[in-house]
Amino acid sequence: MSDHPSTYEPKTGVEKWLDQRLPIVRLAYDSFVDYPTPRNLNYWWTFGGILSVCLMIQIITGIILVMHYVPHVDMAFNSVERIMRDVNYGWLIRYVHANGASMFFFAVFVHMFRGLYYGSYKAPREVLWILGCIIFFLMIATAFMGYVLPWGQMSFHGAVVITNLIGAIPVIGGPILTWLQGGFAVDQPTLNRFFSLHYLLPFVIAGVVILHIWALHVTGQNNPAGVEIKSKEDTVPFTPYATVKDGLGIILFLMLFSLFVFFMPNALGHADNYIPANPLVTPAHIVPEWYMLPFYAILRAVPDKFLGVVAMFGAIAVIFVLPWLDTSKVRSMRYRPVMRWFFVIFVVVCLGLGWCGGQLPDDMVFSIGTNSDGNPIGLNYVWLTRGLTFYYFAFFLIIMPWIGLKEDPLPVPASISEAILADHAKKKG
Amino acid sequence: MSAFMTKTLKTFGLMAAAATLVVSAPALASGGAAHPHAPKEGFSFEGPFGTFDQGQLQRGYKVFREVCSNCHAATLLSFRNLGQKGGPFYDEKYKNPNDNPYVKQIASEFEVPDIDTDTGDAITRPATTSDHFPKKFANEYAARASNGGALPPDLSVITKARHGGARYVYSLLTGYHTPPKGLHVAEGQHYNPYMAGALATQWSGDPHHVPVGGVLAMAPPLKDDLVTFDDGTKATTHQMAADVATFLEWAGDPHATLRKKTGVAVLIYLLLFAGLTYAAYRKVWGNKH
Amino acid sequence: MSEPEKDHGTVVGEDPNRRDFIYIAAGAAAVGAVGVIAAPLVSQMNPAADTLAMASAEFDLGKVQEGMQVVIKWRGKPLFVRYRTPKEIKEAEDVKLSDLKDPQTDADRVKKGKEQYLILVGSCTHLGCVPTFGAGDFGGWFCPCHGSHYDTSGRIRKGPAPLNLAVPEYTYLSDTKVKIG
Repeated sequence: MSDHPSTYEPKTGVEKWLDQRLPIVRLAYDSFVDYPTPRNLNYWWTFGGILSVCLMIQIITGIILVMHYVPHVDMAFNSVERIMRDVNYGWLIRYVHANGASMFFFAVFVHMFRGLYYGSYKAPREVLWILGCIIFFLMIATAFMGYVLPWGQMSFHGAVVITNLIGAIPVIGGPILTWLQGGFAVDQPTLNRFFSLHYLLPFVIAGVVILHIWALHVTGQNNPAGVEIKSKEDTVPFTPYATVKDGLGIILFLMLFSLFVFFMPNALGHADNYIPANPLVTPAHIVPEWYMLPFYAILRAVPDKFLGVVAMFGAIAVIFVLPWLDTSKVRSMRYRPVMRWFFVIFVVVCLGLGWCGGQLPDDMVFSIGTNSDGNPIGLNYVWLTRGLTFYYFAFFLIIMPWIGLKEDPLPVPASISEAILADHAKKKG
Repeated sequence: MSAFMTKTLKTFGLMAAAATLVVSAPALASGGAAHPHAPKEGFSFEGPFGTFDQGQLQRGYKVFREVCSNCHAATLLSFRNLGQKGGPFYDEKYKNPNDNPYVKQIASEFEVPDIDTDTGDAITRPATTSDHFPKKFANEYAARASNGGALPPDLSVITKARHGGARYVYSLLTGYHTPPKGLHVAEGQHYNPYMAGALATQWSGDPHHVPVGGVLAMAPPLKDDLVTFDDGTKATTHQMAADVATFLEWAGDPHATLRKKTGVAVLIYLLLFAGLTYAAYRKVWGNKH
Repeated sequence: MSEPEKDHGTVVGEDPNRRDFIYIAAGAAAVGAVGVIAAPLVSQMNPAADTLAMASAEFDLGKVQEGMQVVIKWRGKPLFVRYRTPKEIKEAEDVKLSDLKDPQTDADRVKKGKEQYLILVGSCTHLGCVPTFGAGDFGGWFCPCHGSHYDTSGRIRKGPAPLNLAVPEYTYLSDTKVKIG
């Protein structure tokens, strides 16, 4: 809706004075008050607002934590515990920050699956989608470096494993690894620089979020019908319609958040991270945080070290080029009867990859007997992961382009208001 | 209305499913050891409204002081913590735990290292309430040398650092039994089904039925009547294990009660807030549906 | 720059080649300046002087019992010192080189006459975890992170790790004392 004319009228002298010099109130008014929003947005669309809240919560609690945290290998662990024990409300702030990361990722996954289902990446929203992918990538980097800071066993060995991924690159991997770690092992220099970058990156994310919202306001929001806004009947003003809906979504989300923070603050973490880091002993089960598990599973699915790393980064890279992989003329999967089922399978596959990422590769999913050596025969996690990984890539690289060409989509409504009328008729009938 | 409800229910059904999945993932990864359980009478602090029983915390401290602390330290704990609100020796009369005479008495029983400011010599002095519980051994090597090569872990956050938390502590302390026939247990080691480990290499029986659990250097530390409780509670092994597990749970997360109370208030507030917002939503969208 | 017809700043009569050269040179100087500024900003992340000055470690082999290993910390990483039993040495020596992913004889990994002592950097060549002593299918080490199995010579036999456990540089100072690094 780039052609949406500004309706802001400065009322007082001060507003007029400011509007002629820096029209910032006009910008806010046009973006968040009078902005025309599709009438048919459902609750999946509230996750954009929820994510802004998540980012704000993380930045505010993070700045407070930095006032008390000490980035030193001998003191980091104890300083985090001191925050939890002695700093006024420190337990609250730290638990909000730690669980906030999980909540942030939960919301971003929902937001991404929503974009995938309703075709929000399709022209003209490619740049909007790519900016979102950049945010997601930055979030992963930020979360990883933040997880290192308490300097527990999982922090330390997680940092070892992830930085060593870089070492898998032929020839230049070794020097880059040393450069990244600032030494020949993960140690004080690594902790210090991760702390610095963990503080920096959220502000970079905030910057990209502004670009993301800018791009959103240039193309206008997608909607469940996947048809562009045609007339004034298709829209409602952002305030109060979207604000009150987003507000309700945010409050319900905060209730889920509170359940974790106040009643099971450590449920999403690992017990091993309450053991101070010891470079000489690796925990028996080293697993990343739950939101990284699908990617970790893909890493382990490939037997070759370098190719495993390539597959893991490829799993993220493929999301970036998604706009050019989808050949369908129809945007929303509401009107794509075949693709919709492949989407459902894809969601299940992603959950399955997350599940496999938390298991030992050689453990059995199920066994149907034993062989002559007495070892169980059946499906082990590494082969299940390989199957799921294959589907993950096939979904983007084969199913997406192929189904788009072959599928007969359902009739797409001519406009958003027509889509709403059709919905109403369906409910009555 | 009904459409909104269905959608919302669907949304939160998905959220709940995702939450269940992520919660169960780490629990499953623990493997290799028997699943820890709570004492028969349960733990008073478990559940969203659970609180600590001060008498039990005091008994637990006694077990910690007289048994555990012979080998284990708890360096993240300060003496003043014992007298803070919710702690084992909190007294209404002394809001500031540093004034609590009982806590002062406990602290003075410990010697902590210091420097004599007149001579510059390293000395020890009786601890004050603001001191942390002293380290038991000067360093890891000294600790290992005194414990047959094993390192007694610091107990400050042990309930957060083990799967199962206080249940694990209770189960481990009460779970020692004679190793199953066919399991080779080296001298100085003890079998316990709740200890994480892999016993395949020490097992000569059926390779498909390797016993769960592991071996550890700590001999069974509790036996009936090992300590005398001041409140007259009979000091059975189970009682002592439950009490010390409770004390360690408190030590690992001393603000848990306040946290849960705050949580209840926050959720009630959010519920009302959600109700108001929903009413506003109905009013705003009334003419657009 | 290469399209002079669009260049409105042209002074009549000036030599276009000479003018282009000045522009290119100025641009190159800017690029050079950025490069020169970037160099210290990037290289500061490399190991600092004190990190590089890693002392070598001396170790008394008498501390290791037969069939056991001792783990010491060296350059921030664990170092395995293993006293192998004759059976373990024989197992390591009898392996055919064609069975190995990273072919190396056992003799290349120990000092002659001191075959019982195996000294290795205890960092899995896959992603740097610390392998567990005595576990795995080959009696050497097993890495708990991603399931790499090493034999009694520390060579990779199964799993995702690409290389054998590294042997650090070390020399015998006396019969039972080694200097590592």
